[in-house]
Amino acid sequence: MADHSPSVPLLSMQNIHKSFGEVDVLQAIDFNVTDNEIIALVGDNGAGKSTLIKIITGVHPPTSGDIFFKGQKITKHSVSRSRSLGIETVYQERALADQQTLWRNVFAGRELTRKFGFLKVKEQRAETQNLIRKHMGFTSKAINTESMVLSLSGGEKQGVAIGRALYFEADLIILDEPTMGLSLSETKKVLDFVQNIKDQGKSAIFISHNIYYVYPVADRFVILDRGRIAGEFCKKDISQDELVEKMVRLARTGSLN
Amino acid sequence: MQTNLTDTAAESIRQPEEEIKTHITKWGRLEGLPIILVFCGLIGVFMIAAPKTFLNYHIYMSFLSTVPPPLILGLGLTLIIASGEIDLSFPSIIALSGFVFSFLFKNYQWTWAAFAIALLAGVMVGLVNGLIITKIGMPSIIATLSTGFLWTGLTVVFSGGLSYNIAPLENEFIYEFFVHRLGGIFPVQSLWALAIAVVLWFILNKHAFGEHILFLGDNRQVARMVGVNTDWVVIAVFVLMGVLSAFAGLLLTIEHTTFWATQGSGFLLIVMAAVFIGGTSIFGGQGTIIGTFFGSFIVGSIEAGIVATGVQGFYTRVVVGLVLLIAISFHIFMEKPNKRALLADLLKFKKIQ
Repeated sequence: MADHSPSVPLLSMQNIHKSFGEVDVLQAIDFNVTDNEIIALVGDNGAGKSTLIKIITGVHPPTSGDIFFKGQKITKHSVSRSRSLGIETVYQERALADQQTLWRNVFAGRELTRKFGFLKVKEQRAETQNLIRKHMGFTSKAINTESMVLSLSGGEKQGVAIGRALYFEADLIILDEPTMGLSLSETKKVLDFVQNIKDQGKSAIFISHNIYYVYPVADRFVILDRGRIAGEFCKKDISQDELVEKMVRLARTGSLN
Repeated sequence: MQTNLTDTAAESIRQPEEEIKTHITKWGRLEGLPIILVFCGLIGVFMIAAPKTFLNYHIYMSFLSTVPPPLILGLGLTLIIASGEIDLSFPSIIALSGFVFSFLFKNYQWTWAAFAIALLAGVMVGLVNGLIITKIGMPSIIATLSTGFLWTGLTVVFSGGLSYNIAPLENEFIYEFFVHRLGGIFPVQSLWALAIAVVLWFILNKHAFGEHILFLGDNRQVARMVGVNTDWVVIAVFVLMGVLSAFAGLLLTIEHTTFWATQGSGFLLIVMAAVFIGGTSIFGGQGTIIGTFFGSFIVGSIEAGIVATGVQGFYTRVVVGLVLLIAISFHIFMEKPNKRALLADLLKFKKIQ
């Protein structure tokens, strides 16, 4: 899986600055993701979470600083470049087409084709079946390869999007507020899917402003505040309550301690 | 909060849906089955009401010569609508391609070269449509409304508004090739239309290009996110429509060995009606070639059927309107899970279980 030296982090961002015109959105960000690690990226609205993510996924180039993925310096910043390197983003509303079947959605844009571009429908169905039963753990008979996405619940849609990213061997999956607007039981499902990423030896960055949701699945917490990294904690060093306490203090006083 | 509601809605829909699945989905999955039944029913009614006409094969042979041009247009339009776009300019291509062909034949006796150039004219119109829509960003309904006026107008200007009689074409091989009567009765253009339908069915349902059309029509943002080159797909689908429209216009011109400047008028609404009767959704993201195939024959047989049953021909449009309303209502019921549940309830499907 890891085709780079184990001592090198999967993703390494060094001294990243980003400004839009006069506004410095990110300042001196040093950020690493190692293999098989789930990182929770937390922070208030406007802390710079989405800008950081957009730099990782290639939407924006950084103003200054270096990004290394699997030890290689990224010089060309684009979404397709990031995808081909193995960085996949799971967006809530932009991942799946509602009226299309699951077997089409899983392979859309990366179809298995034979000569002249005709689809290998049988193979796509079989692979999708495999994916939803084994890898994603859907047991309900109501969900099958022929299901239209619009018949899925919000959590199930996230599951399909995450499963698809894993299927295409993404090494780093970025989850942008995957539980936003979901009910409790649906949130639970999404957290199971995130755990699945870990079980399959891949890494993820989980963006959320709810500590209670990310705490059970994350290995490390990176707290972003007004464009700077305010602190980093490994799960073994901090309890959920302590973390929440620190976040509250940060919001009130501007300092973690 | 809103998503919470959709979650629970999805859960609650699934329950009745699963019950009905065994009854309706099994049949509903056979593409175009409802519309095939409507077609058979309609022919059945005509057979009872006008047995002299409809129990004789001549009427069907006549359909097989008149339906192919609007059918081919409908097949192309199905892909356009599935991609979430619309084309109002195809009637102008029918006139333009007919003019190009007859002009070249009349003046230079060109046959196959004239045919190829006329098809290229269709490609050009489609390409211009596609470029205006993608590069300028004009909505397709406005872009093709404008280009439709433009090409219709230019055809009238170039032809001087005259019609061309190209009767000598009947001695040429190209005439035999496209509109020959097999065994003296069977119109060969129907085989061309059938071949195009088969190819387009495979493209829409089994080809990556068809899949990209569906994703484009379903949700443009998703299509872009999964890596579909959306501009390219729009341009390609309009070019395809251009070629098919030109071919339909050529079949019409060759069949009648006449070009007339207004030969495209009258096709716009009946072709759209056929596509929608067939079950393709105006909202994009889905389209049915088989539905359009039978939808075209339904629309094509209504006029003959009405005249033959002794009702005044004036009623043709009334009946087309009614069939359209009934068919679309039916499709809507089949599409929406909650409405489908209602329908199943009405039909007492639940009791069977």
